[in-house]
Amino acid sequence: MPNMIVCCKQVPDPEAPPSLFKVDSSSNKVVTAPDVKPVIGQYDEFALEAALRIKQKQGGKITVLSLGNKITRDVIKKSLAVGADELVLLEDEAFEESDSWTTAYALAAAVKKVGEYDMIFCGRQSSDWDAGQVGIGIAEILGIPAVTLARKVEFSDGSVKVDRAIPDGYESVEVAPPVLITVSSELGALRYPALKGIMAAGKKQPTVYKPADLGLEANQVGAAGRHIKISKLFQPVKEGKCEIVEGENGEEAGVNLALKLREAKLL
Amino acid sequence: MAENKGILIYGELASGKLAAITTELLGCGRKLADELSEELACLLISDSAGEAAKEAIAFGAGKVYTVEDPSLKQYQAESYFQALDKLVNDTKPRIILFGQTAMGRELAPHLAFKHEVGLSTDCLDLSIDSSTKLLLQTRPVYGGNAQATFVSELLPQIATIRPKAMSPLEQDSSRTGEVVPFKVEIDASAIKVKVLETVKEEVSGIKLEDAPAIICGGRGIGSADPFNTTLKELAELLHGAVGASRPPADNGWVPEAMHIGLTGKIVAPDIYFAVAISGASQHIAGCSGAKHIIAINKDPEANIFKEAEIGVVGKYEEVIPALTGKLKELL
Ligand SMILES: Cc1cc2nc3c(=O)[nH]c(=O)nc-3n(C[C@H](O)[C@H](O)[C@H](O)COP(=O)(O)OP(=O)(O)OC[C@H]3O[C@@H](n4cnc5c(N)ncnc54)[C@H](O)[C@@H]3O)c2cc1C
Ligand SMILES: Nc1ncnc2c1ncn2[C@@H]1O[C@H](COP(=O)(O)O)[C@@H](O)[C@H]1O
Repeated sequence: MPNMIVCCKQVPDPEAPPSLFKVDSSSNKVVTAPDVKPVIGQYDEFALEAALRIKQKQGGKITVLSLGNKITRDVIKKSLAVGADELVLLEDEAFEESDSWTTAYALAAAVKKVGEYDMIFCGRQSSDWDAGQVGIGIAEILGIPAVTLARKVEFSDGSVKVDRAIPDGYESVEVAPPVLITVSSELGALRYPALKGIMAAGKKQPTVYKPADLGLEANQVGAAGRHIKISKLFQPVKEGKCEIVEGENGEEAGVNLALKLREAKLL
Repeated sequence: MAENKGILIYGELASGKLAAITTELLGCGRKLADELSEELACLLISDSAGEAAKEAIAFGAGKVYTVEDPSLKQYQAESYFQALDKLVNDTKPRIILFGQTAMGRELAPHLAFKHEVGLSTDCLDLSIDSSTKLLLQTRPVYGGNAQATFVSELLPQIATIRPKAMSPLEQDSSRTGEVVPFKVEIDASAIKVKVLETVKEEVSGIKLEDAPAIICGGRGIGSADPFNTTLKELAELLHGAVGASRPPADNGWVPEAMHIGLTGKIVAPDIYFAVAISGASQHIAGCSGAKHIIAINKDPEANIFKEAEIGVVGKYEEVIPALTGKLKELL
């Protein structure tokens, strides 16, 4: 039965209205409005679903890893509620302001500590910085192959088969474990937790690691170990001067729109 | 150890010719190279580079490295990476640029992590900091709600560039440059991922990336049908293509290849009709390059009206057929 690891990041709800999104350009930091709730990253949920489908068929164990500071238990425990077995948090102030490099480095160290694994699942990109690097980074650090943009994953003894999204279709590939897989939206949404799962998750305590528990030095984690620095964070100004074409009803507005597009020589 | 110098473009081929993204990267790379007074090189990996090497020179490259091997006919991340990695080790570029494409998304992170340097993906703008000579890499973050400029002191500096974000130079066959065949022995035993089959899910009609007009439907369309009727009729009239936001693709109303946005296709048509789309930043990320955005939405408060130039507040079931009907008279 396969051992699986899924990397899930807590992010501010990426589907919150854009108007709630603010940055503080003096400190180059995002200011999260209180109305924007933390959630598990979208693609990380798909990654978790990929692992759950394998567990459903073949059994096996799912360990969820999450790196951050002040990780909200109710949010991350959703992973346990839907069927993951263990939750490991890399949680410390020192992990704040990690970049893709420091994130992948610490997660790879945690993977080694977990020990046995056949498949590691990541989202194709995080729902905050949208970098799309950490998965491949973990694979490179661990020296294992990576398969990206999975839309279907199957495991049978000694072999992992992945359908990966390519620009005009998909490609089926086969690889022997251990392998790192990044998951795309085509795989499908995360299942809903059952009441029983929610109850069980409530009782379970996550394992929490600090940098030292993973053998990481202060200069290897978070902001201190970054490989790219943010020199500026800003919100591009939108002109936002939309001309509304009116009409007594939808049909008339449609006709007026046609006239408008001709008049403005857009068609 | 030799100093890192020059700019390397990771080149791509499309049906034997230089891919559009590569001409864009060369255009951007040329500017950066001139500013640094360093060389602009382009790498082409394939079974046979053919005329594409000369094309790369005509688009601005001073040197073109060609890695040709029958085993490199089809892109496979590990074999292509072997060739790329060897060239980078041998030539030690200062800056390496990829397209934010199927290949760039994979090869750039592998390269950055192997060499333990930084990487910015999906950049919209690149420039050289005049005092430090470092590459300033600007990219959207938080689904397009903000942008950040990144800088890395580690060399090589690596970035991937969003398609259509940069302009190519005018193709000029009088430009001169050198084509350097670069020999790499591909170690087949190191390739772990085996490709079993490639399945094309072609969308009929004009490709979204090439369409001058796009009629893009969102969740508010409600089902698969209108994509093939109401929206398609308007698209055909305008010689354009039908696209979708992500929910219609997620719901199976349209094929995945039609989905536009941060994680779908990036398009830049002359005119873009956003129909029953709310205007989430992740969607706008895929269409903000359109010259004109027209929004049709029943909710006057929808964010799409902040992005559009012209809008209609109304139900698309009423607005679009009337629009199409009137345009048939006018065009
Ligand atoms: C990491 C990440 C990546 C993402 N990548 C993408 C991406 O690449 N592309 C993408 O599109 N999304 C992407 N999304 C999803 C995105 O955040 C939004 O959820 C999505 O774009 C919403 O699609 P929509 O506007 O069609 O649907 P909704 O937001 O549900 O909007 C539907 C709109 O239709 C209007 N409407 C309903 N009925 C009618 C009618 N009869 N006539 C007229 N108007 C009507 C409503 O008023 C509403 O404004 C991503 C999200 C995340 C977190
Ligand atoms: N802090 C984190 N904790 C757990 N997983 C993460 C973290 N950051 C990134 N990941 C994983 O790596 C993927 C890609 O992230 P990124 O490279 O930041 O786009 C995400 O979808 C997650 O699966």
